[in-house]
Amino acid sequence: MSHADLLPADVPVQLIDPDGRVTASADALPSPEALLRAHEALVIGRRINDQAYALVRQGRLAVYPSSHGQEACEVAATLVLEQQDWLFPTYRDTVSIVSRGVDPVEVLVLLKGDWHSGYDPVATKVAPQATPLATQLLHAVGVAHAATLRGEDTVVMAMCGDGATSEGDFHEALNFAAVFKAPVVFFVQNNEFAISVPLARQSVAPSLAHKGVGYGVRGQRVDGNDVAALLSVLGAAVEAARSGEGPQLVEAHTYRMQAHTNADDATRYRTDDDVEAWRSRDPLLRSAAYLTAQGLLTDDRVAEMDEKAEQVAAAMRAGLMADVQPDPQELFQHVYAEPTPQLREQAAFLAEELSREDAV
Amino acid sequence: MAENPAGQHEKITMAQALNRALRDAMTEDDSVLMFGEDVGPLGGVFRITDGLTAEFGENRCFDTPLAESGIVGMAVGLAMNGMRPVVEMQFDAFAYPAFEQVVSHVAKLRNRTKGKLAMPITIRIPYAGGIGGVEHHCDSSEAYYVHTPGLTVLAPATVADGYAMLRAAIASPDPVVVLEPKKLYFSKDEVDLEVPQPGIGRAVVRREGTDATLIAYGTSVPLALEAADVAAAEGRSLQVVDVRSLVPFDDETVCAAVRSTGRAVVVAESAGFASVASEITARVTERCFHHLAAPVRRVTGFDIPYPPPKLERYHLPSVDRILDAVDSLQWDDA
Ligand SMILES: Cc1ncc(C[n+]2csc(CCOP(=O)(O)OP(=O)(O)O)c2C)c(N)n1
Repeated sequence: MSHADLLPADVPVQLIDPDGRVTASADALPSPEALLRAHEALVIGRRINDQAYALVRQGRLAVYPSSHGQEACEVAATLVLEQQDWLFPTYRDTVSIVSRGVDPVEVLVLLKGDWHSGYDPVATKVAPQATPLATQLLHAVGVAHAATLRGEDTVVMAMCGDGATSEGDFHEALNFAAVFKAPVVFFVQNNEFAISVPLARQSVAPSLAHKGVGYGVRGQRVDGNDVAALLSVLGAAVEAARSGEGPQLVEAHTYRMQAHTNADDATRYRTDDDVEAWRSRDPLLRSAAYLTAQGLLTDDRVAEMDEKAEQVAAAMRAGLMADVQPDPQELFQHVYAEPTPQLREQAAFLAEELSREDAV
Repeated sequence: MAENPAGQHEKITMAQALNRALRDAMTEDDSVLMFGEDVGPLGGVFRITDGLTAEFGENRCFDTPLAESGIVGMAVGLAMNGMRPVVEMQFDAFAYPAFEQVVSHVAKLRNRTKGKLAMPITIRIPYAGGIGGVEHHCDSSEAYYVHTPGLTVLAPATVADGYAMLRAAIASPDPVVVLEPKKLYFSKDEVDLEVPQPGIGRAVVRREGTDATLIAYGTSVPLALEAADVAAAEGRSLQVVDVRSLVPFDDETVCAAVRSTGRAVVVAESAGFASVASEITARVTERCFHHLAAPVRRVTGFDIPYPPPKLERYHLPSVDRILDAVDSLQWDDA
């Protein structure tokens, strides 16, 4: 394969423009059903982001890194996967995990502070979220390689942000995946910032998708606020990985509309004008504009989607309002398959201390 | 086990015992994979993986790109998806690039997922010095791993343990760091590998003695035994305990040994400050205080980066230093 075959298009792939007009040939678009399904997921995803932000303000979540503005990336990453595929999300990817079918309350266990992960990674085929950047990309390669060794038809979707592409593990993962021809789609959500640091401080490469070339990995750029283009590009990448063409790298160009997390003050490093410019490119408005113009999104359908989103939000509120007191004895139970003698002693010590507290 | 014409067991090296452990584990369980740097056709720089690629194919024993974080990170994913990876870190100090993966994920995934994801990963690290190696080839890095909850840390010192402990590590449902004393790779012993050895979490008394207890692991075990030999010639009876399993730690065996003699010296070659030797000293003191005739002493390396080969003998514990420490244990006849 020549290096030219690995290079992304000069401009990110776009199928529908911010006004909802088709910018490619119509047969390049995903089916109306796929687009409607994606739109519903977008509506639910936005509702989850907004609800989670409100729950932070009420003290029900310790922290929330919102994907508001990035929902098209979030839902497309999941919708292109099959049942047997794995999703490797980052801390920001709550919406993509929910789109995979995991209960939002289970996903938010980490951010609520009850435990480090609230869902079963094996049953859901969603890796546990964790915050060390880019480390999960190597795990994704391992899962994919195991699948190859066992002759399983599994693709792994491995997500990270633009900042994470500067970490060593990002590069090791791309290289390992290429050398082992592992069926992994590396999906970079370039939202322009890593906390306060703009993309220009992470990389001066022509694009992040170009980074694949050095590893022999095909790169592609896509408009990250165009759910149709994302479904098409990510879908093709998954297809290529599944058919044995090796790992793929996809960079989505999007924008983080809110602060890094609720704890961050984004006004220190960007202006309202910057944010405003992106508001008109909102992935939901764009998808709605297109679907409405096509007559696919009727008032009834809108009401139905809003209703579903409302149900999800209500379930989130109910789940997070419940005060769950995690059992302190669990602290010792999941360190080793069998607690060491030292841990048994410490568990007994804590139990005894707690019983004295109860007695008081 | 090969027998020679005289019907005796052949002498084998620890390197051969480790190789045999890998071979047996891979034969018994298809999900065991061995990978790392130069472990394929070359058989590893110490030949621990000799012949495995030829026997099991390159899907089971293979070379990876040169990237330690990549090696361990990929092992995490393989373990998530049903494999039992065994990885070789070429030398102790080259495991540091993988440190984040080990500490943040290998050690924690069981806990993070409340036991839903086990990490049956074995990380083999040729460790410690005494071989005249240049910088970065002689570190004793056990304290870093021992300090990380979730990891099991083993340090075999005998040929039989080389086999038994590596087998136990691979069979463990949890991640195990096996510190292989490279100085002892080519030490030979006549052993029957079929004889079961005490499992993970057990210390062993290697030599009985009544006057004082030497507590050692890994490279320091043969040294402690040598010191006990010399002491015996001088009329002092030293007991030697081989800790074997740094985590979990066998308080029971170690403390019973110390109580039986009332005096103890801990020997290890890593820097002594905030070390495994410090931890053992503290544990023994807390549990055996009223049996002790003297404060527990440590004989360790200095708190310096591992020295160049021409100077390493000044750094490493020696028979003399061990015996001097023993002499300082407030003897009635002194
Ligand atoms: C190894 C590591 N270093 C630093 C951090 C702290 N940190 C958390 S998020 C973040 C920025 C990540 O930016 P990016 O990869 O672009 O993802 P985004 O948050 O924009 O989605 C940093 C520096 C971390 N989590 N892990």
